[in-house]
Amino acid sequence: MINKYRWWEIVGIYLGIAVFLLFLLAPFLEAFLVSMRPLNRINSIPYKIITDNMSFDAYFTMWENVPRLGRYIWNSFFIATCVTLIVLVAVIPAAWAFARFDFKGRDPMLAAFLAINMVGGAVLIIPLFQLMRNLGLLNTYLAMIIPGAAFLIPTAIWLLRSYLMKIPRELEEAAWVDGASRPYILWKVILPIAMPGIVVVAIATFIGAYAQQFLFALTFNSNSDLHPLPVGIYQFFGRQTVIWNEVMAASLVGILPVLIIYIFLQRYIIAGLTAGAVKE
Amino acid sequence: MQAMGGRPNVFPYLLLLPALFITLAIVAWPLLETVRLSFTDASLKPTEEFIGLANYEKIFSRRFPEVIGRTFYWMAISVTLKMVVGVLGAMLLNSAVPGRGFLRVLVMPPWIVPIAIGVFMWRWMYNGQFGMISGVAQHLGILAGPYEFLGDRTGAFYSTVVTDVWVGTPLVTIYLLAAMQSISPDLHEAAWVDGASRMYRFRRITLPLIMPAVATMGLLSAIWTFNSFDIIWILTEGGPRGSTTTMIIDTYKTAISRNRYGEGAARAVMIVIFLSSFAGFYFYMLSRMARRSLKNDK
Repeated sequence: MINKYRWWEIVGIYLGIAVFLLFLLAPFLEAFLVSMRPLNRINSIPYKIITDNMSFDAYFTMWENVPRLGRYIWNSFFIATCVTLIVLVAVIPAAWAFARFDFKGRDPMLAAFLAINMVGGAVLIIPLFQLMRNLGLLNTYLAMIIPGAAFLIPTAIWLLRSYLMKIPRELEEAAWVDGASRPYILWKVILPIAMPGIVVVAIATFIGAYAQQFLFALTFNSNSDLHPLPVGIYQFFGRQTVIWNEVMAASLVGILPVLIIYIFLQRYIIAGLTAGAVKE
Repeated sequence: MQAMGGRPNVFPYLLLLPALFITLAIVAWPLLETVRLSFTDASLKPTEEFIGLANYEKIFSRRFPEVIGRTFYWMAISVTLKMVVGVLGAMLLNSAVPGRGFLRVLVMPPWIVPIAIGVFMWRWMYNGQFGMISGVAQHLGILAGPYEFLGDRTGAFYSTVVTDVWVGTPLVTIYLLAAMQSISPDLHEAAWVDGASRMYRFRRITLPLIMPAVATMGLLSAIWTFNSFDIIWILTEGGPRGSTTTMIIDTYKTAISRNRYGEGAARAVMIVIFLSSFAGFYFYMLSRMARRSLKNDK
């Protein structure tokens, strides 16, 4: 076997990893500590990592003091779920077309879809704003759902297409020879076999949709009842007295759902994210 | 599946229809509309007139070149840091030490949580009076008194960079880690038999073999960083005194905060021009890599 690490190398590796993870996780730690502090200790000088009287109180009082908090969390879920459904409906047939059919303009079209990934929503914000205004969608859920879905479609097509390409085409051809129609094949042959891939795409899309809820909500929606959690919390920042411990507690509660999904499904999520790295 | 069909095939186009419809409406049309608007004086008033290149003349006569320079500088530092930290992180997590599986899981959270919420946490961290960074630095004697990281131009600029690196590093790390793991162990063993040290093997085997992945990720990361909006907006809204105003922030302020659609569109068109050149370079690189791997397979 290849040469083993000497003890000081192992210490060095762990130290390096510790510094690396401290950088990535410090904000979560800080948010957690702030959420545990009583309000009068948050602003204590000099700074102390552990202050007296730490408690989970903020996690209970926030539901009353942060108006609409439950509503914001529900909105975030609702928007991300709708985005995921729209993306799946659009992407499953499209990915099948790109994976299995020969048609004119296939490769340029696939490249065009990928090119969408390179334009952020903020660049197109002016016509999008006018479009939403003219369609009467400002201050509705749809103004946050539709643009959100559009920008997640390209990656989802790419992921699902690579999955579908691995399914042996004999299965579809056998069904075709037996006289099944193509919509039937998509529904009854492809969908069941591709389910694991579709689930991965759905999870990745949901996480993406949950993570991106800021720009469109900030710009297209001014109805507080419809805001997703990030914009809901953002609006507190301008106020005179910010109840920081509760804001941090609410932030942590808001990210908990994606963290839980991630912890249980991290293998699939990482596989999906890194699909291109191994063989491009 | 040419066998499945026979007559001229409309079916695949039907399959593409829903995806095409949404992306044409939300991306392609707005892109063209942005170009058109950039030649008009569109604003809140009901009519708009064609004014030729006036918007472009206007923005270039002001401080726009400075904003372009700042955007590239911001992007260059951020992407370089992401790649350096990502390579180091991937290298550390690729070592065969106990517990690495668990440690790898801890890398992703900054990437998967809502960006905005992650940035709220950073905003608190940067607080001079009560934030962790200033507080710990004072305890360690690095800072003499409270330092408001977002309060002055230089501090705010580099603080937004650090937060952007924080958001981007996990994906870079995991992507490069996957590339490192796909390197055949035989290569390392052969080199080891020949007496190559670990450092030498990293430089001569690992690094060259992950270079294509580094290049791909670096370019993608540059594109995303160029588009970055949430981080700067939440931390500073482009301030103080414009020190963190990148092209995206500048466009948003002109168009949405000041309702100057035509002028904002001209700024957006400049962004699109830069992005297209990155994208062109990206596709060129991909096709070159594909050709090279075909050659190697022969």
